[in-house]
Amino acid sequence: MTMQALVQVLASGLLTGLIYGLVAVGLSLIFGLMDVVNFAHGEFLMLAMYATFGLVFVSGLDPIVLMPLVAALMFVLGGTIYFGVVRFAMRAKANQGMVQIFATFGLAILLQGVAQYLFTPDYRSLQGSWLGGKTLDLGGVYLPWPQVFGALVSLAAFGGLFLLMTRTDFGRALEATREDQGAVALVGIDRNRIFALGWGLGAALVGLAGAVLTVFYYIHPGVGGAFALIAYVTVALGGFGSVFGALAAGLIVGLVEAATAVVLPPSMKSVGVYALYLLVVLVRPQGLFGRL
Amino acid sequence: MTGTPLIAAPAVSPGLDDAARRFAAKRRRSLYVGALVFAGLAALPYAIRDVYLQNVLVLTLLYAALSQSWNILGGYCGQISLGHALYFGIGAYTTSILFVTYGVSPWLGLGLGAMLAALVALAIGWPCFRLGGHYFSIATIVIAEAGLLLVQNWDFVGGAMGVQWPFNPDSWATLQFARDKIPYAHLALGLFVATWLVTFGVAESRWGYGWRAVKDDPAAAQSLGVEVFRSKMAAAAISAFFTAVGGGLYASYVSYIDPESVMSFRFSLLFALPAVLGGVGTLWGALVGAAILIPITEISRSYLGGTGSGIDLIFYGGLVMVVAIARPEGVLSLFKRTRAARNEEG
Repeated sequence: MTMQALVQVLASGLLTGLIYGLVAVGLSLIFGLMDVVNFAHGEFLMLAMYATFGLVFVSGLDPIVLMPLVAALMFVLGGTIYFGVVRFAMRAKANQGMVQIFATFGLAILLQGVAQYLFTPDYRSLQGSWLGGKTLDLGGVYLPWPQVFGALVSLAAFGGLFLLMTRTDFGRALEATREDQGAVALVGIDRNRIFALGWGLGAALVGLAGAVLTVFYYIHPGVGGAFALIAYVTVALGGFGSVFGALAAGLIVGLVEAATAVVLPPSMKSVGVYALYLLVVLVRPQGLFGRL
Repeated sequence: MTGTPLIAAPAVSPGLDDAARRFAAKRRRSLYVGALVFAGLAALPYAIRDVYLQNVLVLTLLYAALSQSWNILGGYCGQISLGHALYFGIGAYTTSILFVTYGVSPWLGLGLGAMLAALVALAIGWPCFRLGGHYFSIATIVIAEAGLLLVQNWDFVGGAMGVQWPFNPDSWATLQFARDKIPYAHLALGLFVATWLVTFGVAESRWGYGWRAVKDDPAAAQSLGVEVFRSKMAAAAISAFFTAVGGGLYASYVSYIDPESVMSFRFSLLFALPAVLGGVGTLWGALVGAAILIPITEISRSYLGGTGSGIDLIFYGGLVMVVAIARPEGVLSLFKRTRAARNEEG
């Protein structure tokens, strides 16, 4: 393999990895906050993609311009789902873990049905974005602009998240709630409000990823499934609850996937990722940066 | 000291004796109820003349059996596997390949597939049972997906194309019945009875108590001398064994399998749902759940889903969500509560 080809594989792996990190971070955030695995996470991504698609159709604007609006809509959706579904699932006295799994699974199937009802099961793709089809030539290494843009959005989002969590009252309240749910109530923090904001924030982050993906990925009601699996692997690899573990693990997953695609047929590109995940989880059950 | 036992045998109080007798009577009653229900279910396919409804009955009984198998690991032992499609696929593929390629009797194929699945379950359990809660569930999803990917790319088992069973005259020897659905209803019922009897036998044994102790609090169970790891391994092997038998029966029933149609994640979910809906870790939860869920799924798919409008998914997903939240102990707990209420009144 020539040097150039190697750099090409590395670069596309890193770009994909940054997007995987952005897809996964919301899942990790919510888990870290309240020990709930959202099994409808992929469907959040799918909804964000359809929201972008619908908004482009209605407004005629570029998906990139609409990205903040999609994130805002997803924020509202995430909060609503916390108040409408998750809050009740957390009250279960018996079979707590099972209730959370199946309540969010039921939600996932329901959301798929809603998407299918509104948009039909057809595969869709967005044509005519500014970035669509353009490539960036870096001395013989070709990078598609949509992926480069997605990677930049991901870096910006992680930067923003870092500032939010370290510099704001909301971030401090979030961290405090993670540490001790009971104690925060004593100092006057409304637990429900923090949880709802956490769900909103998690959904908004995956919403950003969804909006970016519409530029270069097809949209259909089942699209969440493939990304959800990668998100679970990423989060488990990085450590459940670790926000920056999600970024690091996203990069690793992207790189391993790109490398596997060189060695094995493209249809088996995930095998390397699954193998790595199993290896890490067996050696270090809490993931690379997680706490047990 | 000599002659005195270290620990005096407790004097058996008449109350304890009475409790033991009542317990034995309750167990006997459960068996009578089981025999009655099974006799009724065996007769049911003759009462249904409609082929479509007979199909619904076969699937209901099959999913009841599969969910009861899942229940052994998920409900009694508390290890929520979301990767049982792997064992289902192993059963379906072993039976199909042995029969189609080598002409081995499906009866033998069912047994071999089941044993292979049990071994695979032990191989997976050995590393994965150290993972707790959600970590375990996610590991099972990933392993099942990796298995699906491997089968899709494995030409020997037909790759993505799958395996087609040849057309043969109806026979119990090859487990093929082209037009008649009644034998399949009885086969599925037979599998359910087998899983029910195993559950019935094990639930009140040392193992069963061990499983429930592990489910409630693994650390406490360990400190009380329950061999936590071995309990989980035993539950996993039994659970995978019967799931694979179900996979083999399903393959003979539909007579064509491909990776997506027996190993996709959807199946892992479908095995867990009836037990969760009816009541996890109970003798009858899986059957009650399947009797509610499968007819609703099949009928809503035929009447609402035909157009691809997604209404069937909205209905189905909404049902799962509402039941999970509203009745965490399953539909069966409704009856328990009314009986308890009645006792209070009386």
